[in-house]
Amino acid sequence: MASPSAASAGGAVEAVFREEHGRLLATLVRGFGDLDLAEEATSAALEAALVHWPVQGVPARPGAWLLATARRKAVDRLRRDQTYAAKLALMQVDTVTEMPEGPEFPDDRLQLFFTCAHPALPEDARGALTLRCLAGLTTPEVARAYLVPPATMAKRIVRAKKKIREARIPFRVPGGDELPERLPGVLQVLYSIFTEGYVASSGPSLQRTDLAAEAIRLVRILRALLPSEREVTGLLALMLLIHARRDARTAPDGSLVLLEDQDRARWDAPMITEGLTLVRLALTGGPAGPYAVQAAIAALHDEAASVSTTDWPQVVALYDVLLSLTPSPVVALNRAAAVAMRDGPAAGLVVLDALSGEERLQDYAPFHVARGDVLERLGRLPEAATAYAKALDLAGTDPERQHLRQRLNRTSAQRQP
Amino acid sequence: MKYMLLINAGSVTEDGAAEGCDVQDWVNYDKAVQDAGIYVSGESLADLVTATTVRVAADGTRTVVDGPFAETREVLGGFYVIDVPDLDAALEWAARCPGALGGGSVVVRPVADFGA
Repeated sequence: MASPSAASAGGAVEAVFREEHGRLLATLVRGFGDLDLAEEATSAALEAALVHWPVQGVPARPGAWLLATARRKAVDRLRRDQTYAAKLALMQVDTVTEMPEGPEFPDDRLQLFFTCAHPALPEDARGALTLRCLAGLTTPEVARAYLVPPATMAKRIVRAKKKIREARIPFRVPGGDELPERLPGVLQVLYSIFTEGYVASSGPSLQRTDLAAEAIRLVRILRALLPSEREVTGLLALMLLIHARRDARTAPDGSLVLLEDQDRARWDAPMITEGLTLVRLALTGGPAGPYAVQAAIAALHDEAASVSTTDWPQVVALYDVLLSLTPSPVVALNRAAAVAMRDGPAAGLVVLDALSGEERLQDYAPFHVARGDVLERLGRLPEAATAYAKALDLAGTDPERQHLRQRLNRTSAQRQP
Repeated sequence: MKYMLLINAGSVTEDGAAEGCDVQDWVNYDKAVQDAGIYVSGESLADLVTATTVRVAADGTRTVVDGPFAETREVLGGFYVIDVPDLDAALEWAARCPGALGGGSVVVRPVADFGA
């Protein structure tokens, strides 16, 4: 057998590792009850693979090889470190018999999803932990994703892991009666990873496609583990139906392209098809959850040939449903924008102005963009310019600011002699 | 694993009871904690006007002052120490505590284990 080159084996390790990392870690956490030990053993197993695979070739069942190696590393570590072993013994963790043998091992990732998204952890650590433990990202990669210095991210992750260990946040899947209360938290974490990738909250780049793709990958895993939870399906549908537009969303110079100006031929048709199939599943078999409804709205946009042929009455109706499920000023704002499309800018302005008392919206750039838009369409240009100027002050990313500057110039130019 | 539930009363009525629950609620909760076999200790504290603060300076001088008085809305009114398997179980007991109602809150803190 020809020995594969070191480079291709290295690539294989990376590909396998990204795929197997979450499963491996989850299985080790279940076996040893300790996240740090599990992480240490997981990286030791990868290092071993990097040494052995280029020489011996990639094993037939890479995942099983990694698990066997990781388990051995963990047991070695426990033998070396008496106090660690004693501590684990105190925790009454059966370190060996619970570890699965054989080529196929059970998927323990579901409990890790719930641990990483535990409400007792700080919000900014939940997405980071999920990316690290389940998506297999390194701490520097997670730091880059959230645009924070690696040291800051490392501290955040260490602190969260300390809380998991010392407050004993369990590695368990919430029981049937707890699940409806806990699952939305997990979905929220995954959606926040997606939106973080979709629109960087600050900085020069509007989209970070990698992070959105990671979020989609994670929701696919979650859906395989919880196939009957329709909101998981709804969330996957929502992400796919939004992500399908990614290429049309930014111009070659990086500037923002609005939905109405996007070249819809550049939308990802297979991804839309998959999203449409999933949204139907998510809407069938009982009252729809908020993700399914948002996915249905995204589907209406994806199915329309243009903004003018979009089924706006249906969009408004779905926002009404969403508003009743999750009342929030932001949902009300989106509904108002849809009303402006259905009934015209004058009607839209009435609905928008009714929301102007909402404190949260006053500091929210899209609210002022929406007001500017209807005012511009009504020909009330000075007022539109004022609204755009306010939005410009609040906008987070450079492409957004650039886009708003154009709108501002367009509306204030009329005032110049 | 032991957790302390620090019970902070929210709005307090004239006679010092937390609003939104009555004595019977506390009796029921206490019984539930005892019956579950998780009770380690617990006390409810007398009114805050009876509190006294002691400090000892570096030179050994002792200062005794009346108070503290409530500067925040929430006042520590009592505690439980319970022994349960993990944080989820502790949070579940905290949520059942009458002190978590009526604008009050229950802070859950693991008791430090020094490997004794």
